[in-house]
Formats: sequence, structure tokens, C-alpha cells
Amino acid sequence: MLRFVVRRLLLLVPILLGLSILVFLWIRALPGGPAEALLGERATAARIAEVRHRYGLDRPIVAQYWDYLKTTASGDLGQSISSRRSVMSEIKQRFPATLQLAIVAMIFALGVGLPLGFLAAKWYGSVFDHLSLVGSLIGISIPIFFLAVILKYIFSVRLGWLPSIGQISVTTEMNHPTNFYLLDAVIEWRWDAFWDVTRHLILPAIALGSIPLAIIMRITRASVLDVQNEDYVRTARAKGLSPQIVDSRHVLRNAMLPISTIIGLQTGLLLSGAVLTETVFQYPGVGNWIAQAIFNRDYPVIQGGILFLAVVFVIVNLVVDISYAFLNPRIRLSR
Amino acid sequence: MRRKSRKLVLLAGACAVALVVVGASSGAYKAPHGKAALKTLVFGTSADPIVMDGALVSDGESLRAIDQVTESLISLKPGTTKVQPGLALRWKTSKGGKAWTFALRRGVKFHDGTPFNAAAVCYNFNRWYNFSGPFQSADATYYWQAIFLGFKKNESSDLSPSLYRSCKANGKYSVTITLAKPFGPLIPALSLTNFGIASPTALKKYNANRGEIRNGIFTPTGSYGRDHPTGTGPFKFKSWTVGEKLELVRNAQYWGKKAKLGRIIFRPISNNTARNQALQTGEIMGYDLVAPADYASIRNNSKLKLLTRPAFNVAYVTIHQGQGSPMNDLKVRQAVAYGLNRGGLIRSAAYPPGAVVAKEFQPPQLFGYAKTGVKTYPFNSSRARQLLNSSSCKVPCKIDFWYPSAISRPYMPDPKRNFEVFQASLEASGFDVTPHTAPWRPDYVGKVSNGTAGDLNLIGWTGDYGDPDNFLGVFFGTYSDQFGFRNSKIFNILQKARTETNQAKRTKLYQQANRIIMNYLPAIPYAHTSPALGFRKTVKGYKPSPVSLEPFSIVSVGGV
Repeated sequence: MLRFVVRRLLLLVPILLGLSILVFLWIRALPGGPAEALLGERATAARIAEVRHRYGLDRPIVAQYWDYLKTTASGDLGQSISSRRSVMSEIKQRFPATLQLAIVAMIFALGVGLPLGFLAAKWYGSVFDHLSLVGSLIGISIPIFFLAVILKYIFSVRLGWLPSIGQISVTTEMNHPTNFYLLDAVIEWRWDAFWDVTRHLILPAIALGSIPLAIIMRITRASVLDVQNEDYVRTARAKGLSPQIVDSRHVLRNAMLPISTIIGLQTGLLLSGAVLTETVFQYPGVGNWIAQAIFNRDYPVIQGGILFLAVVFVIVNLVVDISYAFLNPRIRLSR
Repeated sequence: MRRKSRKLVLLAGACAVALVVVGASSGAYKAPHGKAALKTLVFGTSADPIVMDGALVSDGESLRAIDQVTESLISLKPGTTKVQPGLALRWKTSKGGKAWTFALRRGVKFHDGTPFNAAAVCYNFNRWYNFSGPFQSADATYYWQAIFLGFKKNESSDLSPSLYRSCKANGKYSVTITLAKPFGPLIPALSLTNFGIASPTALKKYNANRGEIRNGIFTPTGSYGRDHPTGTGPFKFKSWTVGEKLELVRNAQYWGKKAKLGRIIFRPISNNTARNQALQTGEIMGYDLVAPADYASIRNNSKLKLLTRPAFNVAYVTIHQGQGSPMNDLKVRQAVAYGLNRGGLIRSAAYPPGAVVAKEFQPPQLFGYAKTGVKTYPFNSSRARQLLNSSSCKVPCKIDFWYPSAISRPYMPDPKRNFEVFQASLEASGFDVTPHTAPWRPDYVGKVSNGTAGDLNLIGWTGDYGDPDNFLGVFFGTYSDQFGFRNSKIFNILQKARTETNQAKRTKLYQQANRIIMNYLPAIPYAHTSPALGFRKTVKGYKPSPVSLEPFSIVSVGGV
């Protein structure tokens, strides 16, 4: 197991190296640059040249990449050109918001996807089953961005039920010992703030969780359909066990193995895929921050942010693989 | 079967009701306007400030917030560019125009309790003048460089010798600022937020002069601009959570009329549509730079209102002269002027309501605008053809015309549409227009500045402070590759106006310059636009400023 973990961690090095080259080249291929974004309207050719020179942006691209690699290898992701803050400190502040949103989105996806998938399998061929399948197909097909815009327009702008932006009302005063606002509200024993943060999470979580929900629903349905026809389930029924016990102890438990893999993979995707949702809801997480950095050509933020999300994605996948190996001894043996 | 369908109904009901319950359980979403929040204004901004130190920023969002905390020697009458006493009560210039003496307000205290006096003023000016290393970067001290040009010890050959020489305290409440040469626009320029006077104690205590180039990026490393901005203004800094809010609270010890609001919260919302929606839901109570496409959604909402900022910009068509250019001939330039359907463009959907046809290169409300005697060029295609036929470039006169792509500017919301209207009217006037386009940055702006963007191109300018030098002087004060002309009459009159310190004389000089320029036609102005702000109707007293310096102290919420 240790060798497996070490090997997977070592794989991170070429992955990150390749990714860093891709991101580095990609953002430099975009029109415009940080000097122009910084100086704005009053940029003259001379001023742009001066800022480019000061920031080393006029040096050969290989030299720029080498410098970037050296500082990144030492754990320093650099400074944001537009906000002039350290990229790492911004990540520390913003990542909890993204993680919190991803977790809530996953809870929503599981809370709705699992029972829907289970019931669709139990009522195989029924109207409910067909409706669930169509619904899940729509869930997978509809772009998150579009869904987010629609949800926001209906429930915030038109109906006024839920807030349209941010992760907490600006008038809600609260300390943030962890920067996980839900947790902070619990620690501070502030149920009003807890409710406020929850309300801000509902629409982004639904938008972000729509695709995992659909996938979880489909996998659960397929998995339950597989398992409920197994011999041991038939035996359990023949022994006279109640349907509830057969379902909970034998069907669901065994069907959970592929579902757990999907949950892990989808969690990684949620973390890295929050860019659009966070942008629509102006949710102050890493995704919104990177989107803004792309607009401002803020190279260090784009590079650092994407690299950070890549590391998170790889680590989440690693944890999933490890947990899968624990759940299924055959995986461990094959390694 | 019946049992199954009952379960189905129950499940569907639970799902459908879930959303309804979370929203409806507490009624409609309550924006922050309960009794306790009556005096709080939540203002949506497009970004966080970069740093709360006026000397080190040039972006509008930083300046908007800093302007509530620090004050300059000179201030502006709300809603205008007319100067009025700020921290200085009176000022006068010496005979040669190089020395300016300011009588300072007495009894003013910084937010940290230290007194405002002549020593504090000189400390601030000398701080700016002595900036070195990374602080001399154009992105760090843009406005000091724009007004005072250089520093005590310039570290780059691109910097000019400093216009600033010294600051001398004449007792506790009078200072004399000496310049290297007379500079007429000094007083309006000193109204800039960048020249706000900060507490020397706080600047020193919180290391405002510390900064470094870290990984190639200029970074202030002291905590002054992040956590302790300290001025004399009607609001005090309270807290700043990046990405979430910047909070200012009322200064109960303010020397002047105290703020009507108890608190201002600046909330960063980078997306324009999201800002508009947040205004509709009540999550913010106002925001700046409403997109023209959103005007209707605000006007049609009974709870919202649209305010327009007095026009302080100009869109114009550059006419590039140079070796072999048809534009060297005045008759061709006049034909261009008559051939541009400026009125048609401004009346079209390409411009929001409130835009007007520009007749000169400065906004009409600014002193120096010539109300009479300026040659105008209403669209007249037959007159343009006549002029062309008597010029060195006969019909069809071939010209290259550039416009920027993928950009919208306040003075030019839709450059492509502008170009199309002008192309059509010029072609009807005997020109053969070859279109060219490039992305705004870096290509287009670079080409316009170095004079390689064709015979004609679309560009514009938004003013920084209320002085014609910030318009005419910037465009035509000296030779520039952009226009490629040399006209000593224009250059001399603008230089003279720049160094003249008598306001009446300056006004006459700029009026004269405007007349000469519109006869010579180095370019053709075509639009002044009024950017808009959106507000909840409960917000009262907000006076949009042409230069975006709005005092929030005169604003109230909910009738307070």
C-alpha cells in the first residue's frame, strides 16, 4: 500500500511539470498582457514597455519559465499582479469557500441522486424510472453555467427567495477562525449566520451538484439493478428477511462500491469545476478568482491557481484509489 | 400499484417543496435594510481596492474608497469639477508662479487622533517625492508621475526631472510648495485622491514606505494600506475582507459636516450582470458603470433609479498626418470632418441616452470651452465631395481606417458600430475606405500611439481632473506620433496655458486653442457620453461627479 501511495505521489511530479508548461504557454498566447491590464486606459507604448521590463515580461520565455519553476518548486506561487497579494495567502483564504461549496454540492447530489437511483431501480420500467432517466440525461447535458443563470434569475431576481451573490450577507458580522463559514458559524454558536451562509449556498450547490447528481443517480440505478439480481440477494429474500433489511444490508451496501468511486471522482471535479458556478454567483472561491485573473491576465494567479487545483484533483483521486483499495481487497492484491 | 404511486407522489412532493421551503420559510429574501441597517450603504464595486494608499493606486475602485477616508488640500464642489477648499482654506501663487502657499484648516485631526498641520502636509509631499526603487514604477505611482513627472532621484531614464522642488512649513498652518517651473493645472490636480494627506504617524507606524519587487511584482509590504489607512475624512477604515467587503464607519470627530451614513460597505462583484441583479434583489444599494444594456431593467423597476455622471470624456477620430499622407492637406481633413455622420451615430442605438455630439476636444462644462467662434462640421456629404475634388486627393480618395475589436469603452460602447456608420457616411462623401481592426490591447492602442493605425482611427479619453490641460494638453501639447503633425501655433498656446497661473488668462488661452484646433483639424471629436450609476430609490443625495469623486458623506439611506 505504501509503495502504491508513493508511486502515485511521484507521478504528481511529471503531471504538474507538464501542466505548468501548458498553462505557462497558454496564458502567454492570449492577446494582451498584465502590463496593459495594470496600466489600463492610460497605457502608452513606453509605459507598457517599462512595466514589462520591470516585471521581467520582456525576457525570453524559457528564462521566465525557469524562474517561475524555481520559485514554484520552493513552494512560492508568487504575487498577484493586480491585487499585489501573495497567491498562496489568497488560496488559503479562498479555498475553504470552494471546498465548502463542493462538499455541500456533493451532499445535495448524494442526498437526491442516491434515493432517486435506488427507487428508479426498485421501480424498474415504471413511469418514475423513465422520468428519472430523462431527468438525469437533462442533468448531465445542461451546461452548469446555463443552469446557474436560470436558477439565479428565477429564485433570486424574480422570486427574491434566495440571495444572488456571495457566501454571506455583508451585514452579517462573524469571526472566521477557519474560513469555512458554516463551520465558523457553528464554532461561534451563530445560528443566524449558519442559516445565512446556508441560504447563500443553496443555488450554487444545486447548480454545481446537478451533473454529479445525474451521474450518481444513473450509477446507483445500474448498480442496484445488478446487485438485486445476485444469488445472495435472492437467498436473503428466500430466508424470509424483510424487504427493508434485504435492501439496506445486502443490496445498497454492495451497490455502494462503484458509487463510492464515482463520489470521489466527482468531488475532485467539483473542486476544479467550480469556476463557472462561482462566477455566476460571485462566490468568493478559487474558481471565481481564477476566472477574474484570466480576464486581468494575472499570470501568477492563473498559474498558481490552476496548479493548486491540479494538485487537489490528483490528491482527491489518490485518496479515492486508496479508499477503494481498502474497500476492495482485490485491488490491493493486484497492486 | 396504489402504494407505489402514493410513494411517488410523496417523493415528488418532497423534492418540489424542498426549494420552496428554504426560501419561503423566511419569506422573501431580506436585503440589509432593517431598522439597524438604516444608515448602512452597500455599494457594489467591480473589484476590491488594490491597496488603501492613494499614493500607490490609479484604479477607480481603490480611489473611490480612499476618497472617503483621506482628503486633499483641494476638493471639488460635489457633482462638478469646480475646485473648492479642502484641507487648505485658501491658496495663492507667487509672482513667478513657481511657489504656491496654502493656508491650512485648523482643528483638524487624523483618525488616529494626531493633528493635521503643515508638517503633516510636507511629510506627505516629501514622501511622494522621495519614492525610490519599486515605488518609481509607473503602475505604483502613476498620478505622481502624471503631474509631478519625476522623483528626487530618478532611477529610470524614462522619467523626466521632477516638477516638485520642496515643501516648507510656514508655522503650523501654512505651507509653501515650490515647483521647478510654473504649472497652471496644479490646483485642480491637487484635488486628486492620490494627493490625499495621510497621518504621518500611521504612515511611519505601519511602514507605508516599505515595498519590494517580489517575483517581479511590486508589493507594498507594510500594513498601512491593507489594515491602517488613516486620513482626516468623514469615514474611518474599519475592516477589509478581500473578495467580500470593505467597511468604513462614520467619523464622529470629523471637522466638517458629519456623514449622514453610519457605515459604507463596498462589496466587490466583478461581473456587471451580477451587480445589476444584486441591485434588483437589494443585496447592494448602488453601483457604478451600468452597462447600457441594463438601463432598461433599472428604469423599468419602480424601486430603482438611474443617475448619470456628467460627461467627462471624449471620443474622437484620429487624423494621422505624415509623409505622403493625404491627410496633410487641410481640405481632405475638412472633407473627413464633413463626411463623418456624427449626429447620426450619436442618435443611433450605438450610444446610450445622454450622449452628445462633441464639438471640441474637452467636455463643455470645463473652463476653456469655447462657446462661440468654433468651426463646426455638420454631416454634409456634398460639401465633403466638393472639398475632395478641390484637394490633392480626388474622389474616390483612398484611406485606411482602423477601429478596435473586442472592447467597449465608456465613450465608445460599440467601436465596430461606430466604424460602420462612419464608413458608410465617408463612402457617401467620396472616400474609399479600407477597414482594419485589431484587439484593443496590446495591438490597437500600440498602433494608435505610434502612428501606424492608418489615416483615421477611433480612440478616446476620460479625464482625470478638471483642467483642459488634461484633455487638450495631453492630445496636442507637443508633437506625438499618433497625430504626426507639427503646428507651433497650437503647441505654443497649449504650453503657455500650461504654465499660466491666472485662471482668467488660462480660460481665454484654452478657448483660443479650441478654435485653432477645430480650424486646423488634427483630429475630429465626435462624442461625449454620460456613464450611468444604478441605485435603490431609498438612496438619496448621491451626486455623480464628472471625475468619479463622489463624497458619500452627503448620501443617506431610507430617508435618514
